[in-house]
Amino acid sequence: MDAKDSIQRRTTRRDVLRQGACGAVGWALADSLAAAAAGEPAAKAKKAPPKARSVIQVFLWGGMSHNDTWDPKPDAGYDYTGEFGKAIPTNVPGIQIGMLFPELAKQADKFSLIRSMTHGNNGHETAAYLMQTGHTPGERLAYPSVGAVFALFKSPQYKGIIPPYVVLTKPQGRFSEEGFLGPKYKPFATGGDPNNTQRFEVEGVVARNITEDRQKARRELLGSLNTLGKELGPDPSLALDAEAKERAYELILGAGKEVFDLSKEKSELRDRYGRHTFGQECLVARRLVESGVPYVVINYPGGWDTHKGHFQTMRRQCPQLDQGLASLLQDLKDRGLLETTIVWCCGEFGRGPKVDWQPPWNGGRNHYGKVFSVLVAGGGFKGGHVVGSTDAKGEQVKDRPVYPVDLLGSIYQLAGIDAAAKLPHPMGAEAHVLPAAWEKVPSAGLLTEIM
Amino acid sequence: MNKAVPSSLLSVLLFAAISLAAQAAEVSPSVFESPEPPSSKGEIDRLVFARLEKLKIKPVLCSDAVFVRRAYLDVIGRIPTAEEARRFITDSTPDKRDRLIDQLLERDEFADYWAMRWGDILRIKAEFPVNLWPNAAQAYHRWVRTSIAENKPYDRFVRELLTSSGSNFRVPPVNFYRAIQNRTPEGIAAAVALAFMGARTDSWPAEKMQNMTVFFSQVGYKPTREWKEEHVIWDPYGITKQIPKPNQDTGEVAPAEPIEPKRTLEKPIAVVFPDGTKGELRPDQDPREVFADWLIRKDNPWFARAAVNRIWWWLLGRGIVHEPDDIRDDNPPSNPELLAYLEKQFVASGYDMKKLYRLILTSQTYQLSSRLAADTPEARAQFAAYPLRRLDAEVLIDAINSITGTSDLYTSPIPEPFTYIPKDKPAVAIADGSITSPFLALFGRSARATGMENERDNKPVPAQALHMLNSSHIQRKIEQGPKLAALFESGKKTSEIIEELYLTVLSRLPTAEELKTAEGYRAPGLARRTNRGRPREEWVDIAWALINSPEFMYRH
Repeated sequence: MDAKDSIQRRTTRRDVLRQGACGAVGWALADSLAAAAAGEPAAKAKKAPPKARSVIQVFLWGGMSHNDTWDPKPDAGYDYTGEFGKAIPTNVPGIQIGMLFPELAKQADKFSLIRSMTHGNNGHETAAYLMQTGHTPGERLAYPSVGAVFALFKSPQYKGIIPPYVVLTKPQGRFSEEGFLGPKYKPFATGGDPNNTQRFEVEGVVARNITEDRQKARRELLGSLNTLGKELGPDPSLALDAEAKERAYELILGAGKEVFDLSKEKSELRDRYGRHTFGQECLVARRLVESGVPYVVINYPGGWDTHKGHFQTMRRQCPQLDQGLASLLQDLKDRGLLETTIVWCCGEFGRGPKVDWQPPWNGGRNHYGKVFSVLVAGGGFKGGHVVGSTDAKGEQVKDRPVYPVDLLGSIYQLAGIDAAAKLPHPMGAEAHVLPAAWEKVPSAGLLTEIM
Repeated sequence: MNKAVPSSLLSVLLFAAISLAAQAAEVSPSVFESPEPPSSKGEIDRLVFARLEKLKIKPVLCSDAVFVRRAYLDVIGRIPTAEEARRFITDSTPDKRDRLIDQLLERDEFADYWAMRWGDILRIKAEFPVNLWPNAAQAYHRWVRTSIAENKPYDRFVRELLTSSGSNFRVPPVNFYRAIQNRTPEGIAAAVALAFMGARTDSWPAEKMQNMTVFFSQVGYKPTREWKEEHVIWDPYGITKQIPKPNQDTGEVAPAEPIEPKRTLEKPIAVVFPDGTKGELRPDQDPREVFADWLIRKDNPWFARAAVNRIWWWLLGRGIVHEPDDIRDDNPPSNPELLAYLEKQFVASGYDMKKLYRLILTSQTYQLSSRLAADTPEARAQFAAYPLRRLDAEVLIDAINSITGTSDLYTSPIPEPFTYIPKDKPAVAIADGSITSPFLALFGRSARATGMENERDNKPVPAQALHMLNSSHIQRKIEQGPKLAALFESGKKTSEIIEELYLTVLSRLPTAEELKTAEGYRAPGLARRTNRGRPREEWVDIAWALINSPEFMYRH
């Protein structure tokens, strides 16, 4: 593990730097405000070390149909199943999933399916906000997404070079970012395409047409032309700038960029993940987690908002989702990372169980927040279970509803983040990781049955 | 050279250039500092220098090159062009600094830039978390910008913001009351105190706060049939509190139940202003007016103080009371006489904003070097040096765009016609905080949620360095920007191109050493060197290095 070793080496070097330099800057937080907020839960976490070290969230923007995927209803009739009238068995007796997921079917012992996820919200952005924050949309405060919360609470312990909250490859919608925590908690969006045959051009890290030699020459030139810095001598404000550049160069020239270098992987493994953007994103996510990044989001490269052309889109996208996700779980398991890495995958809602055959939809499925499915694995989540169920057509929760706060609360608990901890609001407004009891947000309890 | 330049002027320029070159050849003390010692020019300098003398600090003036860049950035939020910088540096008239200030104060960009600053304080933003909505945000911004351009007296400006009534689309200052997240009387009182008294009410005793909320207990918000129109009114009967909310999906409003009109106040009540003075509020008086009239009184202890302190902080990077929006008894000014002097001048001028700017900008105190011989908290608190501050997000991207001749795309998540941004519009002139770009968000532009000064975050973080050093966004501008390309392909001598590049990016001429470094730079790994002068990549790298230098990224 070349990359891994050298990352540790770099980290050590940086630690030395950090001790020597005045006011070292973390990727996400430098202010005492954040550190103070993070202090309490960190202390709590020490008592019982959290199971999950990292999270990989696969977000299916647009909302994936649950009927056609992880909650199949083969007996519901053509108006409900459309073209996908078959369910297939998995390697866990009694669990069946949709016919488009043969690879995941071989991994069912590693993940659990929540089939009773519900919030009832049918707007993309409001539902996405709910699923990313657990807070009711339309409140006066704009809460940070779960990834930003991880960046806040995990940064003090996290010593890696890569920013703590990474998005592959494009940022999410506007309600899924840093909220009132401010720009420091924005995710680092990589840009580029990991499936690029040349190299994965990570925005800011790997620049097109600039060789490493030229990067080094540029850096030297920048140093020798820094007349202001030389003449003014030490200045706390300039020190911050120098430190920021130093950290950036650890990514550009140091071990950081190697984490994104997929040529370090065996060709067969890359094939197994799938030679498509999503497959290679899953591989990058594994490499990020391996280097300790606390929170990685893969925004599925393509939409699931299949009002029209639903069945074609599903036939095109599901096999890639199947291949990438299944390989990710297997690979994490093989490397002993699954125990410390939560993987969760879902959209902001499901899609109408009844196919809309009317024009202009002509066989589409519309937004459906009343019930949908979520896949969770690793980091303390048990595999081989199904949580909750839906009625015969997948239209209603039959038992054990799971609300956004239940899912996010479980993830926070496994990661050792206190869901009742206060978030630092710039105006000092009372704000917590998840809504307090008095806010009366619907909840049916943490997912203790699979934790 | 421009052919139209008269020969006499040309010779002046030539002479100045020669003498400048001669100066550079001598043991030039500093690129950034003036050899002239500062001499107390007026009351500001007298009060500041007296303090510095006690600290045994000898202040040093900044050089002309530093001054021209500083003045452009601080007064109009952009860097001078190469030509503007050259003209100023080579101008040998003694009063050129004062004249430059006068010229800049009259430029159009002055209003753009200061409307941006006030936009942070007054929270001009279409949505989330203060939902003004696009056309109201535009109207609000236009009103603020026009007020600044017209140099509207500050007391009138504030009175209009506090006492206007009417439609958010047609009476723009009413949006002050709409741009408040917490529209309770307490929330409004806190926003008013923050914006115009520079005070954070969370440190106030409950009784003082309670007394102030009375003045904002009759503010009403009334929707109309027009989409997103809302009237802010004086509502003595409290009728707006009974208006049924429109249905979120259909916009339909159920007819209101007829209610018995009942005055909030039946008879005059005694009121207490935040400074403890007592007054009376009659039922037929809009309490907002009663408050505004108290606020803008000449002897009000907060009003002029908060304004001059804010402007001082904006120009000198540190409040006389610091933080600038935290005025309270136990946070005393670092130089009370200075604050009192500025207040007095401001009130005496009839709250003339431009006069206040001029007073500060033409002082020697404003024109000090950024270098501190001994960096102590006292030295900084007594304004011994002009503090280095990273450029604001909008100013930074505008400067990069003007150097390279490129533009950025600014968008809003709300799909509405009012959010169309012409391609050449600078980021500083964007009206609405919801209209943004990834760059502006990354570089800490204010979220305009609270009206606090610290919402704007100019502290460098590594992700920003990554973006500046190596993103395709910045790299493309430097590689492909037409303005730099024209310079690189101008066929001029290498040294001339470097000189022009320095003037364009850093607003000064290169030192002999810098010239040598830039001339000697070789970009490795290029396939072959062309006969037509140096390879383009090397020019790109030199421009890149200047743009990434702290000298470019910081006010200094």
